[in-house]
Amino acid sequence: MALDRKIAYINLSTGEIRKGDIPLEWRKKFIGGRGLDAYLLYTNNPPGIDAFDPENRVLISAGIVVGALASASARTHIMSKSPLTNFLGSANMGGWFAPEMRWAGFDHLVISGKAEKPVYLWIHNGEIEIRDAKNIWGENIYDTQTILRQELNDNEIQTLCIGPAGENLVRFANVMTGRKNAGGRTGMGAVLGSKNLKAVVCRGTMDIKIKYPEEALKYNEELINQIISSKVSQTMQRWGTMFIYGTTNSTGLVRTRNFQLNQLVGGSDIECENLDKVSIGLDGCFGCQVHCRHRYVIKDGPYAGTYAQGPEYTSQGAFGAEVGCNNMNTILVGNHLVNSYGLDTLETGSMMAWAMELYEKGILTDRDTDGLRLEWGDDEAVLELIKKIATREGIGDILADGPLRAAKKIGKGSETYLVHVKGMSNLHSDERPTPSLALGIATASRGSDHLRSRPAIDLYNLPVQVLEKVYRQPDGYDGPLTSGYTKYEGKPRIVLWQELCYMAVDCTGMCKYHTVFLSPNHPNFPEFAKMIYYNTGLEFTPKEIWDIANRCYTIERLFNIREGLTRKDDWLVDRYFDEPTKRGLPVAYNKKMDRKKFKAMIDEYYSLHKWDNDGVPTPELLKDLDIADLYPEESRQERKGK
Amino acid sequence: MAKMLLVDYEKCTGCRLCELVCSVKHTGASNPSRANVHVVKWEDEGFYLPMLCQHCVDAPCMSVCPTKAISRDEELNRVMVDYDLCIGCKACVAACPFGAMGFDEIEKKVIKCDMCDGDPLCVKFCDMKAIDYVDATTSNFERMRDASRNFAELMAKAHGG
Repeated sequence: MALDRKIAYINLSTGEIRKGDIPLEWRKKFIGGRGLDAYLLYTNNPPGIDAFDPENRVLISAGIVVGALASASARTHIMSKSPLTNFLGSANMGGWFAPEMRWAGFDHLVISGKAEKPVYLWIHNGEIEIRDAKNIWGENIYDTQTILRQELNDNEIQTLCIGPAGENLVRFANVMTGRKNAGGRTGMGAVLGSKNLKAVVCRGTMDIKIKYPEEALKYNEELINQIISSKVSQTMQRWGTMFIYGTTNSTGLVRTRNFQLNQLVGGSDIECENLDKVSIGLDGCFGCQVHCRHRYVIKDGPYAGTYAQGPEYTSQGAFGAEVGCNNMNTILVGNHLVNSYGLDTLETGSMMAWAMELYEKGILTDRDTDGLRLEWGDDEAVLELIKKIATREGIGDILADGPLRAAKKIGKGSETYLVHVKGMSNLHSDERPTPSLALGIATASRGSDHLRSRPAIDLYNLPVQVLEKVYRQPDGYDGPLTSGYTKYEGKPRIVLWQELCYMAVDCTGMCKYHTVFLSPNHPNFPEFAKMIYYNTGLEFTPKEIWDIANRCYTIERLFNIREGLTRKDDWLVDRYFDEPTKRGLPVAYNKKMDRKKFKAMIDEYYSLHKWDNDGVPTPELLKDLDIADLYPEESRQERKGK
Repeated sequence: MAKMLLVDYEKCTGCRLCELVCSVKHTGASNPSRANVHVVKWEDEGFYLPMLCQHCVDAPCMSVCPTKAISRDEELNRVMVDYDLCIGCKACVAACPFGAMGFDEIEKKVIKCDMCDGDPLCVKFCDMKAIDYVDATTSNFERMRDASRNFAELMAKAHGG
């Protein structure tokens, strides 16, 4: 049945591969996917090691209903210590890799060590081999997969791999599968690169037995209808996430020219409708009816004729607003380049926008950039800089080390212009008018991030009755909730709720667009319980899933605490508090964050979490969650001593 | 009126939900290798095509079957295998020009689309209707209309529209 997949411990230094069952006890405490990964990383990784130390584990997993009937049950999760932030590294991607890994017999891989020379893992029907990667080392993401299909003589294989950026240890290199699906954030590709692990390839024909097939089919239909009956999903089906830009940019919620403006004026060329000029069809991850991306062929310039997929909202910011470009072709090419090099599109765009502001301010000059003029809106400079970062050439070599390390190297006050949390760059959304979104990025367990806890539906200014229906359950919260996205009151709860909801989703392996991200009517805890039951037979109440998500999120917090995180790391850069927004509708115009109110938000957020004033989970909480052994009193005292 | 399965590759998003629901319905397990439909992908070109039994009128599988285990069910316009007669020789697997006849290693039997007895699940779950279940006699009309659109637009222009 769906619970008989294995866990494999793979040591690349010794070549030892150990396979084992996943204890039912773990399922009951952590479910699977990201939740179980958090536990495995915390208990297997030596504290305080460098992310590129061979002892740093990389976990690759499929959630408990991946490949089963759960609407878009497609997600792969990758976890390790991050070489970008030195805190928790975690990335999640769609596609077909995770289902194939399950058909090949595995749910969790725990990879340690470093191979002597480049290798890849070949996983097929319960077997795992470490193979020579000499034919693919140095190849880009697309070609790596094509060569592997030829080498293994099988068109049905699914591949997770790194590109040149991961090989070059760019600290925000991603892992990818297919043409576009990316485990983008926190530099997981660089960790694979540091281990000389180019790819993991899966092919399987093993049954994932469904516990109650008829009921599961029927419930899957119900679940899909619940999702795609909402207007926002129907819009996603047509345009993907790029539809968001029209609204956010016209409101004034888009970080432009790094952080100087909050709206790209005259930005109509990069609106989603223009995708139709290049689209050759839509594309959906495994089992997904939302199919939120386009397959497209570039029409203009030196890349004309290239087939790629996407782009996402993130790339509209990265190669559009942030760098001041208003050119759809630049977005299409930029998206293709980061995907083929294996770079995180978000971090790449943000690093470039920062470099451009430094150039504008005279902190970087033509001497530093080898003559590349980093001027706002220069399409060619943007595309050239992507290549320089991926190949670590010239100024690209400095930017490839991520915000904090690059600022240290450049000096001259360059750090002032960074827009990051915990050493990871912010999305191009401008959170100055939206305290709930700001709290989310400030506290997210993988550094600045919009997919960890973003209460995106807060932007709809929904009636409080709707908020109550979503945010009071399943634990019976009776504190304040407020409608209106510019308010501070009642927001810590919705951030915490989203945190646990997204954690639960990541344990199942479902996509976040199929839960309360873009619609209040999308599935959440009660639906997760049914979905898990029909597919696996495991019984959880919605509140039990909430508690499990809380346990897993707390372990992620403990990991960060163990790696030295303090309260000051849960904070935004000064620009959020000192520079008011200069554009947009009245609701977004002349807004900045209020330090005092934001501090109070953090206090409330900690208190709701039952974390102490320094953001450390309290002994009572750990006891309630049955994980007291993970953070004993000695560790607490040791931390206080420091 | 007899119905048929109609594939439109331009609509397919490659999600493979058809494979998932087909295998769960027919075997109780998620396992595309046991599904009766498969989305063939040309990954480097971005071209996807769902492949499944065409329920041929003069079916090669039917012709080569030594035990006459394969026959047409005219009521549902489909080609069916009688497993009481089938000896599992796989001659039909070799003969099918579409590769639509498969072999299930677990059940040790040949497998093919049975149109879910007139309510095909792949169609039900395909929101794009890349696989559709339509009246056989008028199945080409929609495509005809699509193809004529360019001509209609040209005519409208020619008449000053």
